Amino acid sequence: MSPLSMAGSATPAAAPHVPSKASVSRTMFLVQASLVPATLYGFWLYGWPAIFLFLLTVGSCVFWEALCIRLAGRLTKPQLTDGSAILTGWLLAMTLPPWAPWWVAVVGGLLAIVFGKQVFGGLGQNPFNPAMVARVALLVSFPVPLTLWVMPLPISSADAPGFHQSLLITLGALPIPDAVTSASLLGYAKTELSRGLDLAHAMGATHAPAVSYIGERAGSLGETGSLLIAGGGLVLFFLGVITWEIPLAMLLGLAIPALIGHSVNPARFLDAGSHLLSGGAMLGAFFIATDYVTSPSTSKGKLIFGFGCGFITYVIRTWGGYPEGVAFAVLLMNTLTPVIDRVTKPRILGRDKQGRPLQLKD
Amino acid sequence: MGFMDFFKSSWGVHPDDHKRPAADIKTRRIPVPPRVYIPLSQHVGAAARPRVVVGQKVLKGECIAEAQGNISAPIHASTSGTVVAIGEITAPHPSGLPFMAITIESDGEDRWIDLTPIADPFGLSPADLARKVAEAGVVGLGGATFPSAVKLALGLRSKITQLIINGSECEPYLSCDDRLMRDAPSRIIEGIELMMHATGAQEALVGIEDNKPEAIAAMQEAAAGRGKIRICPVPARYPMGSDRQLIVELTGKEVPSDARAADVGVIVHNVGTAYATRQAVYEGRPLVSRLLTLNGGAMGEPGNYEVPIGTLVSDLIAFAGGYKGTAARLIMGGPMMGNVIPHAHVPVVKGTAGILAFNAAEVAEEDARNCIRCGSCVRACPMGLLPLEIVNNIRADKLDGAEQLGLGDCISCGCCSYVCPSHIPLVQYFTHAKGQLWAQERGKLRTEATKKLATKRTERLEREAREKAEAAAKRKAEKAAAAAAAAAKKATSGA
Repeated sequence: MSPLSMAGSATPAAAPHVPSKASVSRTMFLVQASLVPATLYGFWLYGWPAIFLFLLTVGSCVFWEALCIRLAGRLTKPQLTDGSAILTGWLLAMTLPPWAPWWVAVVGGLLAIVFGKQVFGGLGQNPFNPAMVARVALLVSFPVPLTLWVMPLPISSADAPGFHQSLLITLGALPIPDAVTSASLLGYAKTELSRGLDLAHAMGATHAPAVSYIGERAGSLGETGSLLIAGGGLVLFFLGVITWEIPLAMLLGLAIPALIGHSVNPARFLDAGSHLLSGGAMLGAFFIATDYVTSPSTSKGKLIFGFGCGFITYVIRTWGGYPEGVAFAVLLMNTLTPVIDRVTKPRILGRDKQGRPLQLKD
Repeated sequence: MGFMDFFKSSWGVHPDDHKRPAADIKTRRIPVPPRVYIPLSQHVGAAARPRVVVGQKVLKGECIAEAQGNISAPIHASTSGTVVAIGEITAPHPSGLPFMAITIESDGEDRWIDLTPIADPFGLSPADLARKVAEAGVVGLGGATFPSAVKLALGLRSKITQLIINGSECEPYLSCDDRLMRDAPSRIIEGIELMMHATGAQEALVGIEDNKPEAIAAMQEAAAGRGKIRICPVPARYPMGSDRQLIVELTGKEVPSDARAADVGVIVHNVGTAYATRQAVYEGRPLVSRLLTLNGGAMGEPGNYEVPIGTLVSDLIAFAGGYKGTAARLIMGGPMMGNVIPHAHVPVVKGTAGILAFNAAEVAEEDARNCIRCGSCVRACPMGLLPLEIVNNIRADKLDGAEQLGLGDCISCGCCSYVCPSHIPLVQYFTHAKGQLWAQERGKLRTEATKKLATKRTERLEREAREKAEAAAKRKAEKAAAAAAAAAKKATSGA
């Protein structure tokens, strides 16, 4: 062997010379893997239309990603295989009404990938969470299909639509039967409150959607499987993919005002349990707000960011026009991320908080 | 890792250490090679000045180049023989640029010069002790190669209370300090006592990472009954061996960014340096050889070797069983901070703690991708910097911004690059930017100097012109006066 041959390489190799196992694709894969239980559970609850919508959303995101990368003349393979477009599609699909028609998936993918991510320069460059950009844009543009929730009809039950029927539902050729539609818990509460009814009566009514810990309720995939979502989030935490600050702070930011409000006036304010288990709060706390690109990178910054997400969610749900607030809250806090990062810079060793060298004690 | 560790913020990284089996193999001494190539610049500071001529016979341990200036170190012959060349050879640096070295052809006898050991070093004044260490050419053997005597003499200027002995050896693959602590713990302790005497330190703390239980046990045994020397196991975490980090870990003291460790009453020396100090004083032996680790997947016989300074890496590897398969990369130093060497025809220097021969599987490199702002680098940085923000500034050519974010505080440990999932060579950016800043600073100084010279020149020209004018005026006045006087004389005489 002649080590002299190394002198011929174009760029000198530089330290560190030992590779670590961390990679973008590994991170994306782990996040997706921890979403699997909740996703499969959602498939079981909502049957074939949910599966079709999921596949369409993910496929659409990958399609738009590939198209953008092609148009920008960048290398297709490493960027497509990093798994980020799949994850965006996956997260978006988990926030949509499971029986939404096909074009919601296609337009959603376009909004998330093209307008939420690629126009800023692709992975790592986007100021806003792409899935939430799509979710909010869809909601304000197409409020009807985006708020048409169905009751769970487990795929094994007799009432569940078959494969063919489901295909027609997803293609929009078959209207969703009224019998299976239902308001989500937050939507129902908002409607009843706006009609002047108090929650004590409204929630007691027989047709009121119940908080169900096992997800037997109307909602998105990311809402009904809350406990599985939280479980997946804990796995990510123990794998070191996410840190504890954002999820904990976000759940506290939502739970603390809910606890106070509900104890002051239960007729006007929903309880903390309903808040935490509804409207994708868990998905938001563990999977959406923790998005690396759009959240602060310092520990203190993450606490502020997470708490802000939770608190704004509560404010929107309670006093805003929409029953649901996670997506808006995350987007609003995304705008603050650079500022939060700036004001929460860690102290440099040997310097004080302002960056001046420490004073010697005489 | 305990449960609560998930919630603690802790700097540093935990790469696989790969220290064994090399660390457990008995130390071997390599025979004197036919030629040694001893560089003049093996330390921080000015290069040594040769004091031998080509053709001169030298003995092992003879001073062949003397220190130049305040921060420098002398160089000694690592074997007996004849000086055959004083000229340029390839430096052990990725650039492969040449530097000055003295080449000695060995006579095979390896005969020592008459040594002057000191029987009672504690009878010497601290300054004399430091001088003895300086004469032996001892430099920091942890890799920094700062002349040790200069640090020992700091005790005369600052009040040193604690001496920290760095036996942490946090770089993966390297085990020469570990080996030395197992093989010669009592000599290290003797060296530590000398260092305490020279600096006036009241106590010595020896930091050893807890992945070296044998070394900890050996050192504890050797230090037993010497209450002022404490062996302190520290958690194995890279870069624990960085002085500022080790000082915080052992003493809780934080060195201000614009100050030196001595300003907070602490001095850090490596265990190898303590050993070399002991050898220099009790044996009178200058630093002519060192212990180093050969390791890596492509190294024939990994282990620790006692190597004369100036031995070619190729001679060393040939002695140690050659390569195993194909070496894809040769590294001098550890894998986290070491340098690639262009080829094996470079000499071992005082700062060489190891030579690594990596095979293709060990150097699997990946292309850099977009930053996903995961913040891994922020958590890993032992200095509390924001590597991802600094690199954004450097990429946008905003060196001022990078500097404001603490670029100057970066210790180039490479933790950020190591953890980056996008494989961005962060530390390379920082090294580059530091070089740019340094060049800018030099440029600024040069411009200022030029400006000063130009101003002086203008002043001089103006002064000369003024003086000329004054002189001319004076001459004119004198002439006029003379003429007037002559006219007056004429008038008087004519009257």
